[in-house]
Amino acid sequence: MATAARKAPAKTKPKSDGKSAGLSAPKPVDFTKDEELDAYRRMLLIRRFEEKAGQLYGMGFIGGFCHLYIGQEAVVTGMKMALIDGDQMITAYRDHGHMLAMELSPRGVMAELTGRRGGLSRGKGGSMHMFSKEKHFYGGHGIVGAQVSLGTGLAFANRYRGNNNVTLTYFGDGAANQGQVYESFNMASLWKLPVIFIIENNRYAMGTSVTRSSAETDFSHRGASFKIPGIQVDGMDVRAVKAAGDLATEWCRDGKGPLILEMQTYRYRGHSMSDPAKYRSKEEVQKMRSERGPIEQVKARLLDKKWADEDELKAVDKEVRDIVADAAEFAQNDAEPDPSELWTDIVL
Amino acid sequence: MPIEILMPALSPTMEEGNVSKWLKKEGDKVVAGDVIAEIETDKATMEVEAVDEGTLAKIVVPAGTEGVKVNTLIAVLAVDGEDIDKAGEGIGEEPAKAETAAPAPAAAKSEGAAPVAAAPRTEIAADPDIPAGTEMVSTTVREALRDAMAEEMRRDADVFVMGEEVAEYQGAYKITQGLLQEFGARRVVDTPITEHGFAGVGVGAAMAGLRPIVEFMTFNFAMQAIDHIINSAAKTLYMSGGQMGAPIVFRGPNGAAARVAAQHSQCYAAWYSHIPGLKVVMPYTAADAKGLLKAAIRDPNPVIFLENEILYGQSFDVPKIDDFVLPIGKARIHKSGKDVTIVSFGIGMSYTVKAEAELRGMGIDAEIIDLRTIRPLDFDTIIASVKKTNRLVVVEEGFPQSSVGDHIASQVSQRAFDFLDAPVITIAGKDVPMPYAANLEKLALPNVGEVVEAVKAVTYR
Repeated sequence: MATAARKAPAKTKPKSDGKSAGLSAPKPVDFTKDEELDAYRRMLLIRRFEEKAGQLYGMGFIGGFCHLYIGQEAVVTGMKMALIDGDQMITAYRDHGHMLAMELSPRGVMAELTGRRGGLSRGKGGSMHMFSKEKHFYGGHGIVGAQVSLGTGLAFANRYRGNNNVTLTYFGDGAANQGQVYESFNMASLWKLPVIFIIENNRYAMGTSVTRSSAETDFSHRGASFKIPGIQVDGMDVRAVKAAGDLATEWCRDGKGPLILEMQTYRYRGHSMSDPAKYRSKEEVQKMRSERGPIEQVKARLLDKKWADEDELKAVDKEVRDIVADAAEFAQNDAEPDPSELWTDIVL
Repeated sequence: MPIEILMPALSPTMEEGNVSKWLKKEGDKVVAGDVIAEIETDKATMEVEAVDEGTLAKIVVPAGTEGVKVNTLIAVLAVDGEDIDKAGEGIGEEPAKAETAAPAPAAAKSEGAAPVAAAPRTEIAADPDIPAGTEMVSTTVREALRDAMAEEMRRDADVFVMGEEVAEYQGAYKITQGLLQEFGARRVVDTPITEHGFAGVGVGAAMAGLRPIVEFMTFNFAMQAIDHIINSAAKTLYMSGGQMGAPIVFRGPNGAAARVAAQHSQCYAAWYSHIPGLKVVMPYTAADAKGLLKAAIRDPNPVIFLENEILYGQSFDVPKIDDFVLPIGKARIHKSGKDVTIVSFGIGMSYTVKAEAELRGMGIDAEIIDLRTIRPLDFDTIIASVKKTNRLVVVEEGFPQSSVGDHIASQVSQRAFDFLDAPVITIAGKDVPMPYAANLEKLALPNVGEVVEAVKAVTYR
């Protein structure tokens, strides 16, 4: 982890890029029993929530677009475990998992999905647009890549204020080809902003595989022209994510500027609800699910170490299902927004 | 209780589909995640996964059935050792009844043709009184803009300015002159030439509660950034249900300068005025530039502040008042008159003011309204004037189609038709990309003669 950039005064140019800085993915650090159980519960909540969202979509309660996070749960969960109070998160439209990770209310998220008045955006944002200043969650953005510049701006505000907070800016392998991502990389590095660029590489930008859309498929290299170091992380292993998160948050808090984490992950479902995902084989999906499943990995360790038995894990599942059922119940029965809401929140 | 499996909606627009294949048969065990059927929509064939665990008790809609409405009962799942015959009993005999099994979302019910309530009115305060005897200082628009930023930066530590060449170069058009020396590099930030990126950085900083002033070297370059201005800045307050907005000012020269041709000579007043969630200000005088820029910086919303390179060097009286702030959304009667109303804004006022002097010589007493703000647009002032003069001419430099003038003409014809004694005439730039040649450029822009002729036409002279 030694780097010439580390002690460089702000005005001089760092002498090394990410690769020569010798940064490599930290080894996953074993979790304690509490950490394993916490990660299990958090990931399971996202999984069950998304399954329920898919079901409610099928029933017509959720309209428009609905992009499920199933399969990628370890990414937000491990990163959240590395945060301190006041750290911010921003992402694109596959955002339900990020909101739950940032502890936004499941009822509020689900009721927003159904477009009801109790939704986090009072029914006016929908699946892709939810925010919580209180929980430091800055959306939920529907324009691919826009959140990268916005997240850089959040980090700018942290540096302007001289606080110790970092901004997690998530985007996918698809967004990683947008021009404004590189404009943001340049400014973030130039100004040493405390931002972690987290590229969730789930292998498909909608239906286009990374090899068909990206000249450089090692996304950890994408910051090389801007002297931003990058690390490839096993995004299916929550311990690996947490270890990378610890390294990255420390890097940013030390004033070393931005860092890229390429999370190698996988989305089990289609891009959105209407995507039959014919661009990949069933075997590929099945192989990931059975061999790399993020929740199953934690479950296996818990059982293996005898930190929990099947009954205890079932109880966790039951508890999570109850939270999700309550959220779904609320989201289906809550009233639609009052018609007067049409005209509110346009300008202050 | 057996679980009812309903025909799922698999796309935003799907209303019905075909049950093409069952992959499980009655009596089969099913676990969550098992593919139980294939449904064909107009777009694709989708697999339907079981959400719950149990035994497939009854297939209500057989494979091959076409046109099955969303939410129709298609199968029944028995759970936890339920008797599968019992679970399937009496179900599916009356498909019509089964269709109502799931409550349709409320939205489907409210397809009435009821009129939608109009937007609530917001009252906008009048300009502050300028006490008699206040010293008036001749100031260029350039200085007025700089003074406004400097005053607001002294007042609020969260205000900062960012853009290309704003700091060490002292501003491409010298609007930020001296700011770096007074406020330092932390608050006067030179950006790389990346409008899209730094506009987004500005909006992100605003979402976090800072008060950025983002300078575009010209609004022509802001086309690169327009996604952030509209999708990120203007819409977030609404999409967040009022939780998070973007208090930000985007400012810079707008419209034609002189001999810089098509890509550098475009007025964006009409473009931005189209967007709910934005305020759009376009001052003419130095006093308005100062008072409105201070208001824009304090405004909790994204404000588009359209300046003009030709006006930068022009001098106007600015009242010497400690904290001179003007209301956004209020037009100013530049000169009162009784024969005709001429509405204009920004550089358009230059033609209007000169035309008014000529018209006075012909015995025509024109009232000039300087809009100052394009959104929200002060129709009260326009309509009150039209009710007095019964004639209206609108002058602007932008393109003619869907122009600010067209919008005003449309609203006046709806709100004050009976008061009009002549059709409204809108004068705009010509419907051509701005040419470079001096003679052609002159032809492409509005001119004083056109304004005079329009006024003569509506006053039947």
